[in-house]
Amino acid sequence: MMSSPVPTFDTLPDAATAVPEWQLKLYVAGQTAKSMAALDNLKRVCETHLAGRYAIEVVDLLVNPRLAAGDQILAVPTLVRKVPEPIRKIIGDLSNEERVLVGLDVRPLKRAA
Amino acid sequence: MSNVLDQSPATRAELPKAATGIGGLDEITGGGLPRGRPTLVCGGAGCGKTMLAAEFLVRGAVEQGEPGVFMMFEESAAELTENMRSIGFDLDELQRRKLLVLDHVHIERTEIEETGEYDLEGLFIRLGHAIDTIGAKRVVLDTIEALFAGLPNHAVLRAELRRLFRWLKDRGMTAVITGERGDNSLTRYGLEEYVADCVIILDHRIVEQVSTRRLRVIKYRGSAHGTNEYPFLIGEKGLSVLPITSLRLDHDALDERVSTGVAGLDSMLGGQGVFRGSSVLVSGSPGTGKSTLGVSFAEAACRRGEKALYFAYEESESQLFRNMRSIGLDLARWERESLLHVHASRPTLHGLEQHLVRMYELVRQWQPRVVVVDPISNLSIESRDIALKPALMRLIDFLKHQGVTAMFTSLTSDSEHALADSEVGVSSLMDTWLLLTNRESNSERIRTVQVLKSRGMAHSNQVREFVMTDHGVDMIDVYISGSQVLTGSARVRAARSEQSGIPGGSKGQ
Repeated sequence: MMSSPVPTFDTLPDAATAVPEWQLKLYVAGQTAKSMAALDNLKRVCETHLAGRYAIEVVDLLVNPRLAAGDQILAVPTLVRKVPEPIRKIIGDLSNEERVLVGLDVRPLKRAA
Repeated sequence: MSNVLDQSPATRAELPKAATGIGGLDEITGGGLPRGRPTLVCGGAGCGKTMLAAEFLVRGAVEQGEPGVFMMFEESAAELTENMRSIGFDLDELQRRKLLVLDHVHIERTEIEETGEYDLEGLFIRLGHAIDTIGAKRVVLDTIEALFAGLPNHAVLRAELRRLFRWLKDRGMTAVITGERGDNSLTRYGLEEYVADCVIILDHRIVEQVSTRRLRVIKYRGSAHGTNEYPFLIGEKGLSVLPITSLRLDHDALDERVSTGVAGLDSMLGGQGVFRGSSVLVSGSPGTGKSTLGVSFAEAACRRGEKALYFAYEESESQLFRNMRSIGLDLARWERESLLHVHASRPTLHGLEQHLVRMYELVRQWQPRVVVVDPISNLSIESRDIALKPALMRLIDFLKHQGVTAMFTSLTSDSEHALADSEVGVSSLMDTWLLLTNRESNSERIRTVQVLKSRGMAHSNQVREFVMTDHGVDMIDVYISGSQVLTGSARVRAARSEQSGIPGGSKGQ
């Protein structure tokens, strides 16, 4: 999946909504430790706080170098929140859950509901 | 223009260089920037860094067949394209022809959150992809220091920049990296630490309200280079740098003579005029006919079918044409035939050295055989006169190397005694020095000309009278009556009385 140039939608919930509420793109360069860690961390955060409402697309720039310019990617890994707008970016391996939530602007109160 | 560096070709070959195509810069650096290595170009805002970098890339692509990647961190591609169009480079066209890639790297600090480890592999991939698409040989990073504002972790950034410059070297890219001038260092973030092969500083200074751009190569590992500050200009055709230090006197002396355009004056100069490739100074107070003499000189060249270039710093082109028409010199005709080019501009428009750069540019471009500068005294503000001599020396050197015959007019104060003082600076540079004066006697003004010096030829020591007629300047034959040289109405009167004394002589006209 990592090296797939085709967008991979990880989770599609109840099929009631065709377009997920949260569309995230993770830019990596090859299957490095940092990018694997970033993907794992991202999945965990999403499952915890956005379960059923998100889609993750992984873009490997080694496979698709031209995609780097489109989202102004310099650092890898970079997570881009495409939807909801505005676009937000988080760089790094996403190891700090709190910072990821702040970066994505997700309120972690979902669990309590 | 010859090289300012006196080096044998053998030593020059040591380090391969990539010509920038920028006039003058290749001469200072002895052939261009170090090939396959990064060069740092730093300077304050608006000093021409981006322009230099872009021209290096464009000329490389067009003239050297080396495609280039321009990665910009501040300007957008559209802005750069527009700016470069103003100096005649069509970046869109170059991109279509696969000679150029523009990539605008933009990071918005506010939309970036940072968590955990990362590197700048994305930047490498982008650059590598751009290089591979067109097979680039040259790269510009303008101004990569902008990343410091966008990325919070400077330790990572520094490590990555070091890796980037190494990577560029490994890929054999001739790169120009621009950097903003810092307070205590060459660049704000100390890029000079990583780019150590060649460092060029640009500077934009205001002296006496006149701005001058200067360029200096402060470091060039493995190569000799000119170390002075060189003035440069961003002109209509891009940058041009003016190498100053050609103080050698090794131009060829030509035996050929050229007419000054005034027959009587030629006869005063050994009968044949001045040497080709020599320089002539024409001094005189206001209204003594300096410009007229200058125009006659240029016009004579056109008549011979040679190209003439006239720098007018007092009159506009059309004013000059109108005025000269009144004495029968039709300059418009020569301009139509592309033998004459008049460059009229305000002396205060640029500093002295910028004027010089512009002159160099025009002389190179137009390739005239004869150049007239009217007047040189206007080129500098009084207090900066000290700069006039070295600047003129450069110009004269340059013109002599090109085999161009030059005439410079110079405005002097009315007093004859002050003259030698006021011109002492520049007259020694000149091969021929003519003095024009207005004598007032007997309620009339008489224009006279004398040759103060003329190297290498016999010349008249007489003061000759001349008049402006409707067909140009006419020298009046010397009229000697008894022990006196007579001029003006005294001459006419003497001539009349002499004529009337001749039996059967006709009445004077």
